[in-house]
Amino acid sequence: MTLLWISLLPILGAMVPLMAGRQSRIQCAWLTAIAPAAALILVLQQAPAVLKGEVLRYSTEWIPQLGLELAFRLDGLTLLFCLLILGIGLLIILYARYYLSEKDSMGRFYSFLMLFMAAMLGIVMSNNLLQLWVFWELTSLSSFLLISFWWQKTEGRKGARMALTVTGAGGLCLLAGILMVQQVVGTLNVDEVLASGDQIRQHPWYTAILIMFLLGAFTKSAQFPFQFWLPHAMAAPTPVSAYLHSATMVKAGIFLLARMYPVLAGTDLWFFIVSLTGLATLLLGAYFALFKHDLKGLLAFSTISHLGLITMLLGLGSQMAAVAAVFHIINHATFKASLFMAAGIIDHESGSRDMRKLNGLIRYMPHTAILAMIAAASMAGIPLLNGFLSKEMFFAETLHQDLLGSLSWVIPALATVAGILSVAYSLRFIHDVFFNGEPIDLPKVPHEPPRYMKIPVEILVALCLAVGIVPNLVVGDLLYAASSAVIGQMAPNVDIAIWHGLNLPLLMSITAVLGGVIVYSQRKRMFRFQGQFQDRDAKLTFEYIIQSMVEGGKRIVLFIDNGSLQRYLLCLLTAIIVIGGYAMLNLQPLKTTREPIPLDAITLVGAFILCCGGLATAFWHHKRLRSLLGLSVVGLVVSIAFARFSAPDLALTQLSVEVVTIILLMLALFFLPQRTPKESTPSRIIRDLSVSGAIGGIIATITYAILTRPVSSISDFFLANSKIGGGGTNVVNVILVDFRGFDTLGEITVLGIAAIGIYKLLLRLRLSMPASDVIGRSWSPERYPMILATVSQSLLPLALLVSVYIFLRGHNEPGGGFIAGLVTSVAVILQYMAHGVDWIKTRLNLDYQRVVASGVLIATLTGLGSWLFGRPFLTSWFDHFHLPLIGDFELASAMLFDLGVYLAVVGATLLILANLGKMTTSYRPLHKEQD
Amino acid sequence: MEAVFSACVGLLTACGIYLLLRGRTFPVVVGLTLLSYAVNLFLFSSGGLTLDGGTVLGATDIYADPLPQALVLTAIVIGFAMTAFAVILAMRARADLGNDHVDGRVPSKQQASSTSTESRSGEKR
Repeated sequence: MTLLWISLLPILGAMVPLMAGRQSRIQCAWLTAIAPAAALILVLQQAPAVLKGEVLRYSTEWIPQLGLELAFRLDGLTLLFCLLILGIGLLIILYARYYLSEKDSMGRFYSFLMLFMAAMLGIVMSNNLLQLWVFWELTSLSSFLLISFWWQKTEGRKGARMALTVTGAGGLCLLAGILMVQQVVGTLNVDEVLASGDQIRQHPWYTAILIMFLLGAFTKSAQFPFQFWLPHAMAAPTPVSAYLHSATMVKAGIFLLARMYPVLAGTDLWFFIVSLTGLATLLLGAYFALFKHDLKGLLAFSTISHLGLITMLLGLGSQMAAVAAVFHIINHATFKASLFMAAGIIDHESGSRDMRKLNGLIRYMPHTAILAMIAAASMAGIPLLNGFLSKEMFFAETLHQDLLGSLSWVIPALATVAGILSVAYSLRFIHDVFFNGEPIDLPKVPHEPPRYMKIPVEILVALCLAVGIVPNLVVGDLLYAASSAVIGQMAPNVDIAIWHGLNLPLLMSITAVLGGVIVYSQRKRMFRFQGQFQDRDAKLTFEYIIQSMVEGGKRIVLFIDNGSLQRYLLCLLTAIIVIGGYAMLNLQPLKTTREPIPLDAITLVGAFILCCGGLATAFWHHKRLRSLLGLSVVGLVVSIAFARFSAPDLALTQLSVEVVTIILLMLALFFLPQRTPKESTPSRIIRDLSVSGAIGGIIATITYAILTRPVSSISDFFLANSKIGGGGTNVVNVILVDFRGFDTLGEITVLGIAAIGIYKLLLRLRLSMPASDVIGRSWSPERYPMILATVSQSLLPLALLVSVYIFLRGHNEPGGGFIAGLVTSVAVILQYMAHGVDWIKTRLNLDYQRVVASGVLIATLTGLGSWLFGRPFLTSWFDHFHLPLIGDFELASAMLFDLGVYLAVVGATLLILANLGKMTTSYRPLHKEQD
Repeated sequence: MEAVFSACVGLLTACGIYLLLRGRTFPVVVGLTLLSYAVNLFLFSSGGLTLDGGTVLGATDIYADPLPQALVLTAIVIGFAMTAFAVILAMRARADLGNDHVDGRVPSKQQASSTSTESRSGEKR
């Protein structure tokens, strides 16, 4: 539970500064500091147990089926990072109070900082890889906010965007790696993953997993070739730089390497990639640090260089190297944070960070100067300071590897070169800023900062000295616990000593210091040499790459999404051909396994008519009326086909739907152009023909395959239970109203929704009504022909009688609510056509929306009714009764349900057709008026 | 019989899809209707073809598969609703946009040829 609080406190703490933003600045800082201070105390409470080698855990299940949990762990490595994050975080809070000016929003800054702190704690404490990844991305996001804190500045925005892009892309790679690990190990739990190192190393995916994890870590830790974002992130306020680029953000990548060390390290591939990348970064960073005139720029490149050093140590793979890496994590965090803060003080109190202007500051700010010089000496690796100890260990480890065969000596040699450069740039930081003559036109006269601004620096410098002089006393236990966690077993017992006797590593250190002094003294020449190279701005290159990616993306999108629906449809259809066709290549050749049904002449004639109708519809689509006639032929033949193949219900339904469909399309055609212009180019027609032909072929093949293979259907159940369970002998109808009544309820609801949607579309529709047909003939002056009126009027009662008959017999004979509803609608529509709206309105004033609603309602209530009897929704009931005169008859609740279906169908059909028909009259639907 | 039935379904599908690919709304609606006939026949065929059968208990000796019939019955009605919705949408689009092209605007050929990267760049001519 304590672990949960440790990680929760900074998240809660992120809200405090927002609320305390109105308070005075010092109050705001103190209030903000409460949460991390409390978390730090909790961590310290747990420390003794962890230092003894225990691993504390906390977890609650979240979605166990997906392996998701909220899990935290606290081992030596986590403890070390927690102390760094919270400890340095607290110092930063104090420092930022004095650094930020009146204009800066204190609350916003602290809130971002706490958010970032919480994210970092989340990374180091997560005991679940996916959870770790979420916090990982959160650091990218919150560091984006921090780097762009001065959003008014272009550099701030650009630097933040670059950092986010690079680390975000790395985060995606990390996610891929995590998911692969999950596939291999079967879990995301860190404990279990750490225990299955061999399994992962032997898996064929190991290379891919390693590369994905390394991409994540290297982008975050600014390793070559991703180092370019870090110097641009220096546009952030200095407290942010001091925090992100000493102890936290960039160390997250290192942490990931250390955390996954037991799983991923120990192979040649690991050594080559990690240590050589580290070496390259170490050298590059050190070299470029020397040529930066900007104080923070120098520190930024030096950070890159030191991160390279740690990465390289982790890559070497020996246990002592891992210990040295952990040790350098601590040391770098302390001296680099204090150096950044010192640089911030200098910037703040002198108004410049340019080392060509800053000179001889020791006379203006002696106190700060001494602190900065000690920290810089530690960075250079001068004895009695912590930087010296870990650098010495680093030199020793470079001597102990023989991974490059006979060329292994190259590594210590290059390490010494990096040491020389590191001494040179540290010397420049000291000499160029604090000595070397007088300041050159600074914006203000430099002076010492407020007393409290120096306290964080003093604490860190004191740590540098303490670790440097009595290392075992100060960090011995912590180092041991953290290294053990990295290695995965007990770390070798290290005795960190200042004096190991006169040996090769010491010689390398001495060479580095002497060489550094020489290089620095020759700096003018080197600057001149470096000046010959063209200065490349990483920002421009980066922007160029991003811009060209955006352009490329746009081009692809424009190609696919050009606004043409025909194009989209073509893409989809092509996909169907490719995917469907490919799948069918693997199917067995078609052969009949069932007894084929012999072909007879009538069916053949029907098929011929059907094909002619279909082709005519497509062929004459420019002449729309003719096309419609073809369509109606197809519909008729289809309904005959249903009758032929033993589906009378379908035949009846299809026939009545056919009538309403054609009426609907005729009505619609009245308002639309009568002809389609010829637009398609011949090549386009050929293309469309081949696409549609291919799909037709695929569908025909599938149909044939279905028809000729043995069929196993669940329909026997329906046939067996229709009478005894549903009380009806027409199995199709019983399925509709009983077995699958829920489906039917859904479908009439959809029907109702469609009808009401259409009604809404017709509201306020402005239509142009053609005065004549295409050829110019005017419409017939007689609107309501006499014969039609007379005949239809006498047909109405007959039609209604038929529909009642079809409805009633539906449960036992072909028929039912759907068909009866359609027949009724057709009869009423005929009256509309024969007599007009006025005539109908006086006789049948129905609100069709209500009819639809009541239909759906009746069907639903029938279903709900079964709840009254303690049965599931839509359970049907039936029984047989006897009345004198009439005889035996059956009553079923399904009839009531079918009545609902009937009403919904009548209402929907009439709502659509009657309203469309009214468009030409004064009764057309408007917003207020309805009938 | 099976072969003829399948061929008819395939042909109706092809005609429907050809019409779906046209640029004006009315042929598209007609194509949609044609396609829904084909789909209904296709669904119907999943129960096999039965001649001289029925689905009324006691009325016949041979029973046709009633389940696809029930599914197709609702599909026919829903298909009508869809056709209706599509055609009214087409009317509304024509009234509001002034043309009956599926994209809501008639692509002008001159513009297309002058700015080749614009909307019709990928089309073969």
